[in-house]
Amino acid sequence: MTDSTVTIDGVCCPIPLLHNERIVMGHGSGGRMSFDLIRTIFLTSFDNQILGVGDDAGAVDVHSIAGVSGKRLAISTDSHVVTPLFFPGGDIGRLAVCGTVNDVAMLGATPVYLTTGFILEEGLEVAVLQKVVQSMCLAASEADVKIIAGDTKVVQNGKADGLYINTTGIGIIPDDIYISGANAQPGDVIILSGSIGDHGIAVLAARGELNFDTQVVSDIAPLNSLVAAMLGKTRKIHVLRDPTRGGLATSLNEIAQQSQVELTLFEGSIPVKPAVDAACEMLGFDPLYVANEGKLIAIVAREEADNVLSAMKNHPLGSDAAIIGTVGDKSAPRVVLKTKYGTTRLVDMLSGEMTPRIC
Amino acid sequence: MKFLEEYRDSTLVQAAIDEISRTVSQHWVLMEICGGQTHSIMKYGLDQLLPENIELVHGPGCPVCVTSLEMIDKALAIASQPGVIFTSYGDMLRVPGSYGDLFSVRASGGDIRVVYSSLDAIKIAQENPDKQVVFFGIGFETTAPANAMSVLHAQKLGLENYSMLVSHVRVPPAMHAILGSPSNRVQGFLAAGHVCTVMGYWEYLPIAQKYQVPIVVTGFEPVDILQGILVAIQELEQKTYNVQNAYSRVVNQAGNQAAQNTIHQVFVECDQKWRGIGLIPNSGWRLKPELKDFDAERRFNVGEITPQESTLCISGIILQGLTKPVDCPAFGRQCTPEHPLGATMVSSEGACAAYYRYGRSR
Repeated sequence: MTDSTVTIDGVCCPIPLLHNERIVMGHGSGGRMSFDLIRTIFLTSFDNQILGVGDDAGAVDVHSIAGVSGKRLAISTDSHVVTPLFFPGGDIGRLAVCGTVNDVAMLGATPVYLTTGFILEEGLEVAVLQKVVQSMCLAASEADVKIIAGDTKVVQNGKADGLYINTTGIGIIPDDIYISGANAQPGDVIILSGSIGDHGIAVLAARGELNFDTQVVSDIAPLNSLVAAMLGKTRKIHVLRDPTRGGLATSLNEIAQQSQVELTLFEGSIPVKPAVDAACEMLGFDPLYVANEGKLIAIVAREEADNVLSAMKNHPLGSDAAIIGTVGDKSAPRVVLKTKYGTTRLVDMLSGEMTPRIC
Repeated sequence: MKFLEEYRDSTLVQAAIDEISRTVSQHWVLMEICGGQTHSIMKYGLDQLLPENIELVHGPGCPVCVTSLEMIDKALAIASQPGVIFTSYGDMLRVPGSYGDLFSVRASGGDIRVVYSSLDAIKIAQENPDKQVVFFGIGFETTAPANAMSVLHAQKLGLENYSMLVSHVRVPPAMHAILGSPSNRVQGFLAAGHVCTVMGYWEYLPIAQKYQVPIVVTGFEPVDILQGILVAIQELEQKTYNVQNAYSRVVNQAGNQAAQNTIHQVFVECDQKWRGIGLIPNSGWRLKPELKDFDAERRFNVGEITPQESTLCISGIILQGLTKPVDCPAFGRQCTPEHPLGATMVSSEGACAAYYRYGRSR
């Protein structure tokens, strides 16, 4: 038997790395790493009493929602995917809050709560997540809504585009408000809150695939305060819609179908920024089909049109508002445009993806 | 916008319409060659303003529409192969081949990327040395110079992973084919301004002489198009058959010499199949023999392709100006932009798509 000595230099057990710089699968495990992520990033940012309880669901007292009353809820959900995650004028976080707040507001509801679900890709920098969450906080505070429940999942590297965010919004509809895409009446007036195409062109340029630069920034904004200002003037607002993907033309076609009416637009009355116009001319796009994230279409009773328009113009998000058309009779559900030459053409829905011109 | 609004001015449009109305004394059939012009006419409703005895028929000048079905099928076959990044102008992705389109190949896992220029495809090839990058080189004289340039770049850079599926077409032989057809109705042409920017209009002089038709180089804005129509009608009424330039702010007779030189450095003329029309002699360009290494058809053995065209699509006679999209029984029924039976319903320059999109109903 040989004599052998074992020398112990120190602690042998390797301490696991903290992984506080990048998202790893463990952050979605439901264990301590998940808990830490939720505590350090989400809870501190979205801080409010309902979320702070830490239960499986946020509990809400329906009778004590500050200053808002109504028997009906407006509930909407939207999943947000965008490349790149940050672009001039916004980011996926701001998009996730504003997109859902706006959908709720388009029923004339006052948005009060949001829930949010994150799908994070393994490898995502925690600093990026932090920045997105901060942006969500800012947008939620701008929109005066609370984020009261949330969820996080992590998927393997390559299985997602950085991060995806789902948000669900809850709003209260005042009892005397009935706004729907089905309510456009013959003789009504169509008002647009500002210039179209800003968001779509800003994101397209930021994506870098088409190799063009522009000064255009996204118009992402929560529209609920604008809607409140409009409803403060009159209840005779029949339709509200935010023309997001598919642009103004697609939203108007949806309304024409829902209300079974013909909508007529006046060429030249639709505001388009020169830089958006220029990018569209170059790429062969029609601004009518380019996405917006901070604009709304209002269809209102003719006698209230000027009233609503002036309320919009007095609001920072509606300063470029304009009357762009009228609601015709119930004969054919379609959208037509009267050109400045006196001719007319159909304005169809967007068909498939918009692709740049060839020559 | 500067240099656009002036050519969309409603006073000038009305003045041109008035002048055309004063000039025309009988029925004339004019063909606008370019699909971009067709779309402008439909978008602004210029056809609604013209006197009834001016009939506009829509020509074959849509690069997506005339690319042969066989070529689309070859593109689908190459794009489906593993290790290939297939790059293309966006509109080509929706063109139906015999069995599916490039969008469906992408949905099945093919790496298909929309590029705005063939030079972007070169960049992709540089960034992906382990992949074969193929560019779908389609189009008329407008896209040919840049596409040719990409081959010269690839050669200079020694890029061994870049190739082009070439399906280029030329306007003048198509005009010969249309005018030479026994069923031809076209009495005057609006030549495509963009094509003439590159090629000039010297090639059209013998065509105007041979077939006794006026050919007017025409732009794309409402005032440009009406000016082109006015000049063509003046020629017809006076029984003169000249080549005229109504787009002189952009086009001259000789064209862009540097662009033409680039084309001739890379391509040689060849017979070409046009979708719906058939084979037109000398109507295409293919890579020169010494550049055969960049030919995707050689690099990827896609075998014999037997294309299967929809029996309902009549795009061939539409592209020859013999009938209007709304006269097709499938228009707006079996054939829509979402479910196109032929390429003319797909492209932003396709005549059927223009009629559908801007609401010209039967």
